[in-house]
Amino acid sequence: MGNLVPQFLLNWIDWGMGVFHSLPDWIQYLTITTWKILFVLIAVILIVAFSTYFERKVIGSMQARVGPNRVGPLGLLQPFADVIKLLIKEVVVPSQSNKFLFVIAPLLSLIPALATWAVIPLNDWYVIADINAGLLYVLALTSVGVYGVILAGWATNSKYALLGAMRSAAQIVAYEIAMGFALVGVLMAGGSLNLGDIVAKQAGGVSHWFLLPLFPLFVVYWISGVAETNRAPFDVAEGESEIVAGFHVEYSGVAFAVFFLAEYANMVLISTLTAIFFFGGWASPFEGWTFLNNIPWLAWLTAGGLHWLFIKMCMFMYTFFWFRATFPRYRYDQIMRLGWKIFIPVTIIWIAVEGAMAWFQVGPWSGLGA
Amino acid sequence: MFQSVLFYLFALIMLGAAGGVVFSRNPVHSVMFLVLTFFQSAVLWLMAEAEFLAIVLVLVYVGAVMVLFLFVVMMLEVNIEAAKRGLSRYAPLGIGIALIMVIELIQLIWLRGQGFSSTGGFAATPEGYSNTKALGAVLYTEHVYAFEIAAVILLLAIVAAITLTMRKRPGIKVQDIAAQVAVRAKDRVRVVKMDAEKKQ
Repeated sequence: MGNLVPQFLLNWIDWGMGVFHSLPDWIQYLTITTWKILFVLIAVILIVAFSTYFERKVIGSMQARVGPNRVGPLGLLQPFADVIKLLIKEVVVPSQSNKFLFVIAPLLSLIPALATWAVIPLNDWYVIADINAGLLYVLALTSVGVYGVILAGWATNSKYALLGAMRSAAQIVAYEIAMGFALVGVLMAGGSLNLGDIVAKQAGGVSHWFLLPLFPLFVVYWISGVAETNRAPFDVAEGESEIVAGFHVEYSGVAFAVFFLAEYANMVLISTLTAIFFFGGWASPFEGWTFLNNIPWLAWLTAGGLHWLFIKMCMFMYTFFWFRATFPRYRYDQIMRLGWKIFIPVTIIWIAVEGAMAWFQVGPWSGLGA
Repeated sequence: MFQSVLFYLFALIMLGAAGGVVFSRNPVHSVMFLVLTFFQSAVLWLMAEAEFLAIVLVLVYVGAVMVLFLFVVMMLEVNIEAAKRGLSRYAPLGIGIALIMVIELIQLIWLRGQGFSSTGGFAATPEGYSNTKALGAVLYTEHVYAFEIAAVILLLAIVAAITLTMRKRPGIKVQDIAAQVAVRAKDRVRVVKMDAEKKQ
C-alpha cells in the first residue's frame, strides 16, 4: 500500500482526519449527514435521468423501434440533452393563474418524493435517518405528494387542469387506503416500523422474503403504487386524449421538468419500497448457497448490499415501462371500483389470514414461540 | 436553549398559519394555511418525542382529510362578498366560542402546571423506548373498550354518510361489471364461413 500511495498523501489524509475529529461533535454529525444526503440525492437524480432513457429504449424495442440513438454513444446522452432543452425554455405563467401556488406546486410534489429517501436503508448501515417510525414516515410523505398535483390543477385556472387534479385527488385518496392496509400486513410480518428491521427480518434467501406469505398484499401494494405515481394504466390525471395533459397542461420549461422529475423520483421510490417490503431489500436471494463463494467472481451474488437493492429496483422500473407499453388506460369508474371494491377487501381479508398464520406460527412468525 | 428557540419558532409559525386560516380571503389559501398549521403541530409533537402521534397527524389530517377539504373547496364557487357579510353576523358567536376554549385551556394548563418545573424542557425518553409500542400496549389492553367504541362510532359515521347520499333513482345507466368481464368473443362476434365471391 505504501508503494502505491505516496507517503505525503497518507500524511495529508491523517492530518485531515485529525482535524475532522477535533471538530465539535455536532459539526462532524452535520458534515457526515450532509454528505450522505448529497450522495442519495445525486444518485436518485442520475437514476431518474437514465430511467427516462431506459424507458424510451424499452418501449422502443417493445414496439419494434430503435429508440433514442443520436446523442452520444447509443444515445446515452439523450437525458442530458432533454434536461438542457427544458432548462433553457421559457416558463410561461398564465395571466389568470394564482402565481404563488402555480410556482410552488411543482416543488410540493418534488420535495416529498425526495424527502422519503431519508429513512430508506440502502444496505445494512447506509441510512440517513434510522428512525423508529420509518414506515409511518414513508406513508405520511407519500400521501403529502398529492398536494403538488391538486394545487397545480387549481392554480392554473383551466378546466382541463382542474379536471386532472380532481381525478388525481380521488384516485390517490382511494389507493392510499389499500396501500396503508397492505403495509399493515408488512408491519405484522416484520414486527417493526423500522425499515432496516423489516429488511433484516427477511434475511435468509427467497423463502424468507415476505413475497410468498404476503403475496396478495404485494400485488395490491405494487398496483396501488403504480396508481399513486399516476403512471399508465392509471394516468387519468394526465389523460392526453381527454384532457390534453391534465394538471400540468400550462407548465413549461423548468416548472414542467420539476413535475417530470417528481414523477420519476416517485417511480424509483415505489420500486425501491416494494423491493424493501416484499423482496428482501438489500438482502441477497442466494443467501446460503455457500458453493457460490468458492468461485471468486461470483461472491457478490451471495453477499447482500446496495447492488441487490439496485437490481430489484431496476426490475420494478422495468415493469413500470412494460405496463405502459402493454395496457390501455383504465376507465375512471373502473379505477375507483378496483381501489375500493377489490383491493381494500383483499387487504382486510389477508390481514385476518396473517392473524391466523401468526397464531399457528407459520412463515415469518415461526420464530415467535421460541 | 437551542430547543426552546426552535420551539418558539415553530409555535410562532403555527400561530401565524392559524391566523392565516381565518384571515385569508381565498378559501384555498385558508386550506393551505390549515395544512401548514397541522404540519407545525406535528413538528412540535416530534420535539416532544411523540413521533407516532406526530406522523399519524400528518398521515391522517394532511394526507387524507385536508386533501378532501381542498377537493370540496375547489369545487365550490365561493362568493367572497357574501362571506364577508356573514362575518359580522357570526362574529359574536365565534368570539364567544374562542373565549370558552381559551378559558378551558388556561384551566387545563394551570391544573397540569401544579408541581411541574418548566426549566427541564421536554422529558427525554430512555434508550430503546418505542413510542409506538408503548401506545399500542396501552391502547389494546387498558383502553381496548374505548378504542373499539371509537372504531364503531367511525363506522357508524361512514354508514350514515353513505345512506344519506345514496339515492336510488330509476332509469340510471350503470355498467354491470361482472357481465362485462364475463363476456367472450363469441358472444359479440360471429365468424361466418363463406366461399369467395366471383368478381363481376
